[in-house]
Amino acid sequence: MAEYKLKVRRYQPESGEGPYWEEFKVDLDPSLSVLDGLLQAKDRDDGSLSVRCSCRAAICGSCGMKVNGQSGLGCKTQIGEAQELAEKKASVSPTSNGETPAIVVEPMGNMPVIKDLITDMESTHWTKIRRVTPWLLPHGEAPEREYVVEPESMIDITQSMACIQCGACVSSCLSMEADPDFIGPAALAKAYRFVGDPRDAETVERLHDLAHDPHGIYDCTHCFSCIDACPKGVAPMDQIMRLRRKAGEEGIHDDPNNGHNHEAAFVGIIEKKGTLDESLLLQESFAPGLKGKLKPTKGAIKGLLGSLPVAIRGLKTGKMRSLPKLIPGVHPKLPDGAQDEVKAIYAHAEDHREEFNIYIRGEEDVEPEPEPDETDSDSGAAQPHGGGAGETLGAGEETTEERPL
Amino acid sequence: MTAIKVAYWPGCVSRGFTTELHGSMAIAAEKLGIELVELDRANCCGAGVIAEHNQELADTLNARTFALAQQTGLSMMNICSTCQGAQSECQQRLDADSAYRAHVNEVLSGQGLSYEKDKDGFTNKNFLWLLVEDYGLDRLAEKVTRPLSGLRVGPFYGCYVVRPKERLGYDEFPDRDVYLEKVIETLGGQVVEYDGARKCCGFPVITMNRDTSLRQAGTHVGDAIDAGADCLVTPCPLCHLNLDMQQPEAAKVVNRDLGLPVLHLPQLVALALGAEPKELGMSRHIASTKSVEARLAAVPA
Repeated sequence: MAEYKLKVRRYQPESGEGPYWEEFKVDLDPSLSVLDGLLQAKDRDDGSLSVRCSCRAAICGSCGMKVNGQSGLGCKTQIGEAQELAEKKASVSPTSNGETPAIVVEPMGNMPVIKDLITDMESTHWTKIRRVTPWLLPHGEAPEREYVVEPESMIDITQSMACIQCGACVSSCLSMEADPDFIGPAALAKAYRFVGDPRDAETVERLHDLAHDPHGIYDCTHCFSCIDACPKGVAPMDQIMRLRRKAGEEGIHDDPNNGHNHEAAFVGIIEKKGTLDESLLLQESFAPGLKGKLKPTKGAIKGLLGSLPVAIRGLKTGKMRSLPKLIPGVHPKLPDGAQDEVKAIYAHAEDHREEFNIYIRGEEDVEPEPEPDETDSDSGAAQPHGGGAGETLGAGEETTEERPL
Repeated sequence: MTAIKVAYWPGCVSRGFTTELHGSMAIAAEKLGIELVELDRANCCGAGVIAEHNQELADTLNARTFALAQQTGLSMMNICSTCQGAQSECQQRLDADSAYRAHVNEVLSGQGLSYEKDKDGFTNKNFLWLLVEDYGLDRLAEKVTRPLSGLRVGPFYGCYVVRPKERLGYDEFPDRDVYLEKVIETLGGQVVEYDGARKCCGFPVITMNRDTSLRQAGTHVGDAIDAGADCLVTPCPLCHLNLDMQQPEAAKVVNRDLGLPVLHLPQLVALALGAEPKELGMSRHIASTKSVEARLAAVPA
């Protein structure tokens, strides 16, 4: 048993007052959860303390909240660990006064707050989920019973399927903080669940829609916040990147955000030069190839013109005074035949394009070094890849038994 | 005192749009006594963008860099949060499965290269991590000849070095996301706490959604100014581009005056170790660093 202080961001709409902080002293085992602490405070101190919760086992998705600024589930955040994190923050904070710090508990971000820790999921989370048409769109006549597909063809989307709709990713999304219209991690991970489903017949239409929405797949700022926040290993940002990859593969190259051009330009520059030629990247992101320069889009002209003041300032301070920086394409290749090695890597990788997903395949056991006196002929042989009892999964991944369908 | 020698991957941008970083790292290493063996044949880490296009390509490109480093028998050091994050992601996949690793090594073997998991305790660490974990803050404190007394520094980490925790070694080193604060304190500076320290600078979307990108940069710089910072410090040159080079544009997007100097981590370290602002390329920054220089001029090296 240990004592903790929970500093909770409260809000009572019927009071007419704004949000305020209230501290609760709770007393529980460090291995219990922040949610357990909140429920104790609700039970012993103030029954009006409002929080959504149900299963207390990280499967219903009700108790999304921010603990010490980190979005996640209240039931999956150990109170002892939360205290350690609060102490770590306080140890480098100039405002800490030597007192034992409290665990700060706030409602989820990027959503309106209804009361205390209860947020309005409907206007943000669910509206965005509906935006991606979250149901199968098969073509042709409906089968008599069910659509039959190979089990292997559904494995890829099990990671997206693990989503319990808790909203922690939406809460943590930094793109959404800057652009509330961003479709967001939860909805885009859900979109991938359908894009990757072999029974869906409108894959290209979905990809086109999400790529062409200026607040769609190319509005993600690539910050990993949603991956860190997700309690189920969905890794929404990874699903967004897969949507980008698939959109590119389907030939959707003309998104209004120049997202695909940027990706293609970057990839192409490294194949030719080995390291990044920034001014060429800028140019090719907006006006790729001959066509892009002969007939630039309005957005391209705007983007390139907008970069001029930045370049001029760079010239003035001396940042961009050398030719390779100023003139796109002058950047040197890698020395000594190294560029050919890079080209060979491109040829091999573009041919195979293997997408190794640790969530699906897991991490291998490390084969222990055999004892010197062992005469068993099998010792020292490599562990066979894939399945098997010896496979362990990395931190944060689910075991195959738990994966919902 | 164990001498530190590393296989040094400087990254692309430190030799491109932020050469002051490359130069100041050389000066900082010399003052610290760290020997840098530059991997001049190594290639771009992909910055997460190549992985978006073809994961195997990014994994193979980084396996090549790791293999080149392993050839020197040394562990690797990078000076870019983005390189750290992109490379750690690829390394996690390569280490997870020997068959996949063998497949990736297929093309490398033709070049006489091979990435071996855990070879000689091989690690890839950002300069910030190396400074705290391998060099040591006590040792760093001893080298300080010009304490940054009174300089209020806001840390800006860069997403790729603080998330996702599970593949960036936080199990073994849980304090990695407060290292900048520790370094600032060790160098005699004053830590400034503000909202954006571990948030996104917006660089990855600068060409895709300029408003989202610069709104983030402008907001975080603004918050740091409001919290009393004299400057920011960052271990990522891509963050530096959005926070410094784009600062005047970001100011327009968030509709307020900014003008906050942004230092590269090696610059901050080298200043405290006696280097002069001019030799660290500080005059090349877009957001003028004159105010930092004036503050430090009061304290002789």
